[in-house]
Amino acid sequence: MMLNDSLSKVLYIDLTKKKFETKDRRDLFEKYLGGTGVATELLLEECPEGIDPFHPDAPIIFAVGPLTGVFPLASKTTAMFKSPHTGDLGESHAGGRSAIAIRMAGYGAIVIKGASELPLYLSIHDGKVQFKNATTLWGMKDGSIPARVMRQKEKGDGLRAIFRIGTAGENLVTYSNVTTETYRHFGRLGLGAVFGSKKLKGMVISGKKAIEVNDKKAYRVLYDHIYKAATESPVMKKYHDVGTAINIKALNFVKALPVKNLQFSSSESIEMVTGESIAQHHLARRVACAHCPVACIHLAFLREPYDDDPYFYKTSPVCYDFELIYSLGTMVGIDDPTNLLKLIDIVEQVGVDAMSMGVILAWMTEMYDRKKITIEDLDGIDIKWGDADAYIELVKRIVKPSTSFLKACARGVDYAANQYGGKEFAMQFGKNEMAGYHTGPAGYLGFLLGARHSHLDNGGYSIDQKDLVKIDLTPSQVVDKLLEEEAIRQILSSVAVCFFARGIYDLKLVSDAVKLLGFDFSDEQLLEMGKKIHLNKYKFKMREGFRFEKLDIPERIYETNDPTGKITKKFITEGINYAKSLID
Amino acid sequence: MKLSVRDVMRCVGCQSCMFACSRRSGNAGLSNTCIGVKSTGGISRGYSVIVCRSCENPPCAAVCPTGALVAKEGGGVRLNSAKCIGCGLCKDACVIEAVFWNEEQNKPVICVQCGYCVDYCPYEVLELKKDKKGVAHDAE
Repeated sequence: MMLNDSLSKVLYIDLTKKKFETKDRRDLFEKYLGGTGVATELLLEECPEGIDPFHPDAPIIFAVGPLTGVFPLASKTTAMFKSPHTGDLGESHAGGRSAIAIRMAGYGAIVIKGASELPLYLSIHDGKVQFKNATTLWGMKDGSIPARVMRQKEKGDGLRAIFRIGTAGENLVTYSNVTTETYRHFGRLGLGAVFGSKKLKGMVISGKKAIEVNDKKAYRVLYDHIYKAATESPVMKKYHDVGTAINIKALNFVKALPVKNLQFSSSESIEMVTGESIAQHHLARRVACAHCPVACIHLAFLREPYDDDPYFYKTSPVCYDFELIYSLGTMVGIDDPTNLLKLIDIVEQVGVDAMSMGVILAWMTEMYDRKKITIEDLDGIDIKWGDADAYIELVKRIVKPSTSFLKACARGVDYAANQYGGKEFAMQFGKNEMAGYHTGPAGYLGFLLGARHSHLDNGGYSIDQKDLVKIDLTPSQVVDKLLEEEAIRQILSSVAVCFFARGIYDLKLVSDAVKLLGFDFSDEQLLEMGKKIHLNKYKFKMREGFRFEKLDIPERIYETNDPTGKITKKFITEGINYAKSLID
Repeated sequence: MKLSVRDVMRCVGCQSCMFACSRRSGNAGLSNTCIGVKSTGGISRGYSVIVCRSCENPPCAAVCPTGALVAKEGGGVRLNSAKCIGCGLCKDACVIEAVFWNEEQNKPVICVQCGYCVDYCPYEVLELKKDKKGVAHDAE
């Protein structure tokens, strides 16, 4: 890498002692580029084996990549931590201004350890870290208000990122988010709760550095090539126009859309919550992450009348995409867009992962339907499919649980189902609640085998839709494809490129781009590096107790029709056993 | 030629213009940008796009104690970097905050109205207008 690139600077912050220092970790960046590759190494270094995820010594790691601030679409920050939700690898990616701000502040990574006795937020500008008292911000029911206070108090407007948690993170709900720039999230796996355990309410960071390239002319040429692809290529168009929500109609049509806790895989009443319909009736604004011209963030405006005063309205901007319409819409039987937006709004306010919350609400509804729990368990809330007002109340009560059942629900559907039953329809894979793809066996193998148990680890649903609907593949062929894709994605997240740009950034392009920053890796070498990073993640998972044979698979996936007709216990088991033979 | 904000409501906040402006110097990053995009009190409320309006009687040049900033005929200013002592008075004098600052060099960054940023605005927020006397500018 280039000699004077500040990417190799790692900022270490100790919340217990209220101290910070910067170390040059060129060793890690030269080996793994940045992002996920470097963060995994830092996690293995910094996280003591077998530690409670809420122990002060459990680290939070943020890392950005060499292409951040250099090329468009390299706007993602990787967060790594020990997940309080699964007990093994916690990894989450977010955009907004997070990556640009960290890189422009002059850091490649940040390691946060320790715990404060009083609530704090971190203010990081001009090479200094200030520990600011957040006592008065703690416990505010709408998480956007503390962010507003930080926005008003802190410098760096236009150049800063504002990270923060909501009450869910404060109360250690194991699937809490960290939100950045109001609408982007370090979602899944509970980074928000790890913040909460450290009494860390948020973080503001800004900067305005230059990044030197080694060939100015070649830099401009490659920049223009990528920029043109980002703004004109058909592979970016679906994110740009209707957005990912366009998949609601498509997946419903092929019977791959989870409906009412996946009792069904399509619905006849989704017309008003398709991406096209929400765009037509509710879309108000599209916004972008910093240094990404695509602008995939879709904001709807929710207009709600006050009951006690005519001509008096509350108007709230609400961000939506495919996963939210699935999890807080079809999965819980909501087919009215206003009700959907209301439920998304409360989930945003408290700061929990939308997919996890939707899956948990769906499981609770089915448990109540089947009389496996009582109204007392639900603290008096009578729930039925599609009842948004009841779900809104439940979200509030899960975050501040008043019954032992709700307390269990604050730890995820796997934990709750282990206590109360209903495992056969508790839609989790590797203890992480499912994403909205009942596309076929590759999708499920993808959830199960992905290092984060995320649909984005390896895009298994895409193998179902492109291959398995037409041809037969053996379980081992599917797993080989998943692992290859996951290795490639390790490189994208190590250079901090958004996975939505995977159609543009192939390994050859990554190789050309990092060369301008002084890294010399061929595309073959990058693929090998991706495989190594993936194995490093599994090293951490295994160290913390992950075992392939312990994976629980809800029976429901075998019962509900899917587009391939190939989801069988035999296929899934063979796939897992083959992956085990390769990774173990 | 004068840089102008055609329709700020179309801005998505991608900041591609800011990176383009800084890239004129040949390097990546944001140190050398003299265009600013920031939210107007939260992203959902939209953005401010701050560009130099190339005033005909520029306040930034009027306060420069060393003659480093010189008013150009027809509007705008030219920076003679060798004369600049980095006092920052110009920055404070610009009421729309269009005098940007290179922190690494401790010098102002002054828009030269080159229009490079316009080519990197995918939403047609920016435009470069032909500059003739009497032409109205509605830059923000």
